[in-house]
Amino acid sequence: MLRSALLLGLGRGPLGRGLSTHRGGSTLDWERKVSEIKKKIQSILPGGAWDPLYNTSYLPPEHADVVIVGGGVLGLSVAYWLKKLEKPRGAIRVLVVERDHTYSRASTVLSVGGIRQQFSVPENVQLSLFSVDFLRNINEYLAVVDDPPLDIQFNPSGYLLLASEKGAAIMENNVKVQRQEGAKVCLMSPEQLRNKFPWINTEGVALASYGMEQEGWFDPWCLLQGLRRKVQSMGVLFCQGEVTRFVSSSHHMETMSGEEVNLKRIHEVHVKIDQSLEYQPVECAIVINAAGAWSGQVAELAGIGKGPPGTLQGTKLPVELRKRYVYLWHCPQGPGLETPFVIDPSGTYFRREGLGQNYLGGCSPTEEEEPDPGNLEVDHDFFQDKVWPTLAQRVPAFESLKVRSAWAGYYDYNTFDQNGVVGPHPLVLNMYFATGFSGHGLQQAPAVGRAVAEMVLEGHFKTINLSSFLFSRFYLGEKVQERNII
Amino acid sequence: MAAPRASLHLVARVWNGGTRGIRGPSRVLAPEGNQKEGRSLLRFLADRFHDVEVLRDYLLRKQVMKVNQKNRPFIYIKQRYGPYVAGAYFILKQGGAVRFQGKEWIRPNQRGHFSLDFLKLQAVPVEAVDASGCAINYQGLDSLLALKELQSLWLQHCPHVDDWCLSRLHPLASSLQELSLAGCPRISERGLACLHHLWNLRRLDISDLPAVSNPGLTRILVEEMLPNCEVLGADWAQGLKLGPEEQSRDPASPMPA
Repeated sequence: MLRSALLLGLGRGPLGRGLSTHRGGSTLDWERKVSEIKKKIQSILPGGAWDPLYNTSYLPPEHADVVIVGGGVLGLSVAYWLKKLEKPRGAIRVLVVERDHTYSRASTVLSVGGIRQQFSVPENVQLSLFSVDFLRNINEYLAVVDDPPLDIQFNPSGYLLLASEKGAAIMENNVKVQRQEGAKVCLMSPEQLRNKFPWINTEGVALASYGMEQEGWFDPWCLLQGLRRKVQSMGVLFCQGEVTRFVSSSHHMETMSGEEVNLKRIHEVHVKIDQSLEYQPVECAIVINAAGAWSGQVAELAGIGKGPPGTLQGTKLPVELRKRYVYLWHCPQGPGLETPFVIDPSGTYFRREGLGQNYLGGCSPTEEEEPDPGNLEVDHDFFQDKVWPTLAQRVPAFESLKVRSAWAGYYDYNTFDQNGVVGPHPLVLNMYFATGFSGHGLQQAPAVGRAVAEMVLEGHFKTINLSSFLFSRFYLGEKVQERNII
Repeated sequence: MAAPRASLHLVARVWNGGTRGIRGPSRVLAPEGNQKEGRSLLRFLADRFHDVEVLRDYLLRKQVMKVNQKNRPFIYIKQRYGPYVAGAYFILKQGGAVRFQGKEWIRPNQRGHFSLDFLKLQAVPVEAVDASGCAINYQGLDSLLALKELQSLWLQHCPHVDDWCLSRLHPLASSLQELSLAGCPRISERGLACLHHLWNLRRLDISDLPAVSNPGLTRILVEEMLPNCEVLGADWAQGLKLGPEEQSRDPASPMPA
């Protein structure tokens, strides 16, 4: 009886599954069947501690070529481009380790979802242009047979950046850069602004730049789910867990000038299973750090920044957790359907949400009054004291508004220069970064994923040259100063 | 320690082949019932055989490629005859109709043929384009946007015209007076919001857009946004649904006093 039971249980494996593709068969009642067989075995052989049909499906595989730490939009985008650009199909085994499959604290889904080309650094404009092209053709890139097409709910309403007397010259320069890269941005005088958007108070505004096309906002959750669906169909493995340790070897070396260098290589990643003490070592060739706001901690696990200060070994990944509030308010007399994503010179922003005169907005706190990022609680006084006064000054209709709801999300804030970190670490040879985008990671994720995948597969950037975003700039002190960070 | 682990591993490999990883998390998230019902034979085969899946994937991509192919610009004609003729040729090739300034409408016949007499009209601007039912998409709009004197544009029932396309119409703002978007399945209120660039618009048809969630409210908001424009579209009452009992009772029996 035991034999027949085992045959029933195991026989299905090689026969039923031999030809199956990655979608698998009907494994719905499989778990139930296994537990029935287990019970049978228990009744026949009571008291035995040996459990042959132990379910390990929740464990990550023991080997993977690439382990991506963080299953947010950046991590999934890297996974997508790795699978897309790999030469023979199925050549690379990619594992995405995500701590929380509900994405309750992930920056991706808590963001406002804006996309713009109005940056001051040419690389950022290029990244954004590539990404907007990706989003436009999202159903070509992320098409999965048998699944309905994605609707990312893109609102092509544009961004309107306002500049004061002081910032006007900088804005003019920025727009020149943006136009050179191919963005459709136009400059507006306060007079033109009043004509076009009569609800704006142009006091203190010297110049405005307005994105005519390819700018607006979209649904981050839809992009995330679309990427996830596609990546799964391409054969990427997922695991819910947390990376707790990197097993690495190091080589002492000496440069020509006699400096000592400690080169490291990661061999194994320990993935701790969610809500359990169990962990699984995963042998891997390459680790990609896309842990967003927590990527600083992941880098520290790999020994980055543990060295004498001032040296390359002692240079930390300067990515921190920062909390940002987003408020949703209702204002019956507020601006109409034509409302773009408006950014005040003070950094306060708002946009329309839906058709019911609802608006979303917020403001970045100053360095001194940075809130404690330990939890995601919302400070409503912040709206009363900081956000509302500037809003009401800019748009007089917002004098009378009612806050409907609010939430907080995290920025992966790069304290060095508020720009992304892309590419390999100079000393930990097989750790690649895709993090630190300080709030514009979502809109640039498709392009950044491609850049990182190119770096991994080809060894250099091909589509967009992101050499200025490499890690070594923290050691060399070369800031990529982005002036348009909100 | 090593021995049990190895045996455990073997067992796990065999019967976890399907459940591990790939579809694992989604199965937990998505309700299983719907997926199962809609399963056809083709899907079943695609699930089991790699070749069928790749073939279906290829066919899906080919559909998209076909639309892109149709929307390629005619660079040679543009260089030789200028933007007006190139734009007109593009539309006629797609099966639409054009009208040069002061001329008659030019339409292809039933078999898609049209006379090439308009090649002479290099200096005459195109003032009206009827691209109803054409497979024109974002890329194909390039040819239309070169027609700077375009006054009327009909894009009725175009399956590939979406919100992204509407955001591209702003170069025509100074000339465009009439725009019809009726029946386009992919246009939503999000795209209509950026028609405010077209300040010269006199007539806008936004009736019968299935992707617009609140047609009545959207029409009112568009009218507010474009005060000089006559907006044709859903009546404001269309968004209001009658209750079921009201509908059935209404004609039969008047309310008792």
